[in-house]
Amino acid sequence: MKLIFEKSVPGRHCSLLPACDVPESKLPASLQREAKPALPEMSETDISRHYTELCQQVHGVNCGFYPLGSCTMKYNPRIDEEMAALEGFTAVHPLAPAADQQGVQQVLDTAKSYLCQITGMDDMTFQPAAGAHGEFTGVLLIKQYHDARGDHKRTKIIVPDSAHGTNPATAAMCGYQVVNIASGPDGCVDLEALRAVLGEDTAGLMLTNPNTVGIFDHNILEITRLVHEAGGLCYYDGANLNAVMGVVRPGDMGFDCIHMNLHKTFATPHGGGGPGAGAVGCKAILAPYLPHSALAEEPGHIQVRSFRGNFLVVVRALAYLLTLGREGIPEAAQNAVLNANYLMHLLKDTYTPAYDRICMHEFVLDLSDLKKETGVTALDVSKSLIDEGIHPPTMYFPLIVHEALMLEPTETEGPETLEQAAQVLRKLYEKAHEDAEAMHTAPHHMPIGRPDEVKAARHPVVRWQPEA
Amino acid sequence: MLFPAELKYSKDHEWMKDEDGVAVIGISDFAQDALGDVVFVNLPGEGDEVTAGEAFGDVESVKAVSDLVSPVSGTVCAVNEALLDEPEQLNKAPYEAWLIKVENVTGSEELLDAAAYEAFCAQEG
Amino acid sequence: MGSYIPSTPQQRQEMLKAIGLSSFRELYGDVPAEMYLDRPLNIPSGMSELEVGRAVRAMADKNRVYDVILRGAGAYDHYIPSIVKYIPAKEEFLTAYTPYQAEMSQGLLQSIFEYQTMICMLTGMDVSNASVYDGATAAAEAAAMCRDRKRRVTLVSAAAHPDTINTIRTYCYGTGDELRIVPEKDGKTDMDALREMLTADVASFYVQQPNFHGLFEDAETLGAAVHEAGALYIMGCNPIALAIMKTPRDCGADIAVGEGQPLGLPLAAGGPYLGYMATIEKHMRKLPGRIVGETTDAEGRRAYVLSLQAREQHIRREKASSNICSNEALCALTAGLYMSAMGPEGMAEAARQSMAKAHYLAQALTAIDGVTLRYEGDFFHEFVTDMPKGDEVLSALSQAGILGGLPVEGGILWCATEKVTRDAMDKTAAIVKEVLAK
Repeated sequence: MKLIFEKSVPGRHCSLLPACDVPESKLPASLQREAKPALPEMSETDISRHYTELCQQVHGVNCGFYPLGSCTMKYNPRIDEEMAALEGFTAVHPLAPAADQQGVQQVLDTAKSYLCQITGMDDMTFQPAAGAHGEFTGVLLIKQYHDARGDHKRTKIIVPDSAHGTNPATAAMCGYQVVNIASGPDGCVDLEALRAVLGEDTAGLMLTNPNTVGIFDHNILEITRLVHEAGGLCYYDGANLNAVMGVVRPGDMGFDCIHMNLHKTFATPHGGGGPGAGAVGCKAILAPYLPHSALAEEPGHIQVRSFRGNFLVVVRALAYLLTLGREGIPEAAQNAVLNANYLMHLLKDTYTPAYDRICMHEFVLDLSDLKKETGVTALDVSKSLIDEGIHPPTMYFPLIVHEALMLEPTETEGPETLEQAAQVLRKLYEKAHEDAEAMHTAPHHMPIGRPDEVKAARHPVVRWQPEA
Repeated sequence: MLFPAELKYSKDHEWMKDEDGVAVIGISDFAQDALGDVVFVNLPGEGDEVTAGEAFGDVESVKAVSDLVSPVSGTVCAVNEALLDEPEQLNKAPYEAWLIKVENVTGSEELLDAAAYEAFCAQEG
Repeated sequence: MGSYIPSTPQQRQEMLKAIGLSSFRELYGDVPAEMYLDRPLNIPSGMSELEVGRAVRAMADKNRVYDVILRGAGAYDHYIPSIVKYIPAKEEFLTAYTPYQAEMSQGLLQSIFEYQTMICMLTGMDVSNASVYDGATAAAEAAAMCRDRKRRVTLVSAAAHPDTINTIRTYCYGTGDELRIVPEKDGKTDMDALREMLTADVASFYVQQPNFHGLFEDAETLGAAVHEAGALYIMGCNPIALAIMKTPRDCGADIAVGEGQPLGLPLAAGGPYLGYMATIEKHMRKLPGRIVGETTDAEGRRAYVLSLQAREQHIRREKASSNICSNEALCALTAGLYMSAMGPEGMAEAARQSMAKAHYLAQALTAIDGVTLRYEGDFFHEFVTDMPKGDEVLSALSQAGILGGLPVEGGILWCATEKVTRDAMDKTAAIVKEVLAK
């Protein structure tokens, strides 16, 4: 595929703006740009064709099965898109008077009320723009809480070794020292290890439940109780909320603040990597510390991005919440869990589950035996799946399982899709024993084969350059 | 796997040799093999202090980052700038591609000779 | 009640049976009984698609859609070409995940590579990341990039957007680093104060260009002072202005950041927006966020891939300089598309017209008795006026379908873009005159 710059023809343009109806106003010479930016010069036809070509080499969840563990790639409903495109939302200036934004306020209030009910929280902000951003906000609530009480000796955040990489990075961004605790053999928090690290210097714990291997930690009440007893607070990483929404509430598990990924659990589209929204909920004790926009709301609070957050993403989530409602929310969670267990059941005679027991919404396969027998790795299986038109599962995460593949089918897949996927995976297992070499060099039917990532990192080329 | 006899080794997989009172430090063959293709090295500056047992920089492969732990305490007197443009030298010739040179060496970690280090690596692997 | 679950109740029973269970309840055996919700959530029942459409439209109808918008302050009403709205709505782009599997995401990766290139073209910098959440977080991340063991203080101009300042302040609070605000003088950064504040512990200085009041800062002189003191220079530039304005590169910036919303994203009550971050080659490996790099595959075919990932949180964990995971991919796609649809001429035209219209409006308003321009100095497309009865003026404008400037610091901050017609501005002036004459 050519780059857009390689299709540019000098002099081409679109006719988008009328002539100026007021006298020109010139920039002083000292402020003038020296040369025009070398942006592409295209007609609308050129642009349309270029992006169509690009689009043909992208794969979305609305196009096919996407069992990426920990990403909750569920179907993105079209009604949500239609609502987000309403002019009554897109044309609203964030600094318009409150009286002119009553609908905006109603969207935020309604979404907040639904999500607080679902999560067992008392208050919420939609300002964070992504999950990691929400994590940062959540830990900042904890930090402000301790600072407000003059309790400055709490310098540590406890994170299990199975946690997503954002957890320790977030703790560090909040000035905390990260204390890693090992998971027990069942992937759950080792209570003894937890007790050993709790103390007066504990600011809090960051945890997701079910955990990153897809298992619900039945000791959760004891875990949060122990942390509270030590004077710390508990933060819930909501990445896995899809397993339990409407069935269990983080607030009832003892968590003080949580973040949710609206772009996972609440079906807003991933957009190729964003925009998302990392809504953060909290119990009343932390509500005074929620972020607010200094300009759009009032100064004197923390703030994690401008204005009030990714509003159109909240609109999509709201449409989804209104659609599912009281019965639909737990139904989605239950069927996410059923689908994961069914898929695991279809695979476990061939592949080795890391934990051979009932899972939640996702499960992990351990391919180290396959690697030992045939040399075929989790990476090779993933790349071979691409040739079969199925987006690979999450690879090599969590770190506590070797040659891991994490699958999360979500509830929006029918049994026939799961059966077909299992069939493909079984076929690949056999192929590993018959033609490992082909799998080491997969994929073979895509526009490119495996890219040379080492070269990309050693000698970075991160932009196109016009010929000198 | 190479374990040159004239060098000393730390349990963090660095090698060290003494050049007239200056400690020359690099990573071992075992280390570069475990890291895979090195894409970038983060090194300290000349004049920076290093402490035995603590990280003085790190080395990146495509999928991982590993700390470089100093076997000695002292002051950095030279940095192998060539590695910034050619990090692959660490994979190709780990015992020639030194990382830093340290003078005014005040303290040191427990260092192993080649045989002891080879045995240590056999255990780890 | 709505559901997107394809399986029928019968199929669900069959699946349960296949795994040896007879009820959904049994799937949650690990959940302690006291927390398992055996009562429904206290939210309304789900609705059909038709009803959802009605309910949400009713909310949208409660928002005022203005014919004319004369308010900016960080969110700008520029013309968005039709194609720029249509293409990002394609389901492949819309519903894809982050392109970690390069072989099946070349289209997406290439679109980001193109966006990165265009940001470099606009700012004059060598490398751009794939975007961050918005201009305010871009500024905060840039400030974090500049800190090292010896220099940890961040200086920010008081003439920057209040939300940007507050966001940087929050990120500094997180890491326990100090933020010092450089006071403004006559609406711009006080150069003398800056010089005094550039002590040996300062890592960077951030200035917005044009600044919150719409004025052009003396960017080159500010940058020279910053470099003389051994600190790094961060400029937060309006991307439309950059089509005609001196680049941050030419002003000596080490890092260029800014709010990308004007590049084809609607006002949308505040988001989603787009933060761009670009820097010189020297600082490339300190840039947070995703970066797409070009490479080849085994057959020598050109290939794009997420690169330099060793900087990121999923590898460095607590040693990462930022926890940022997502970018605003779809927004970056939109921005690249906008810059292509407008092209160099179109963008320069949007910039020139915005500036021309704002100057026309400023003249028209200050011709009225009682209205004065608060600050002297060159401005782009925003300016601050002082006038009596500000509330009444804005109320009268509102009734005429015009969203007037933002009441701020006792005055009004006006903005005009290429979308505002001469007639609308004449009408605005007439209304202001009428209110003040009463």
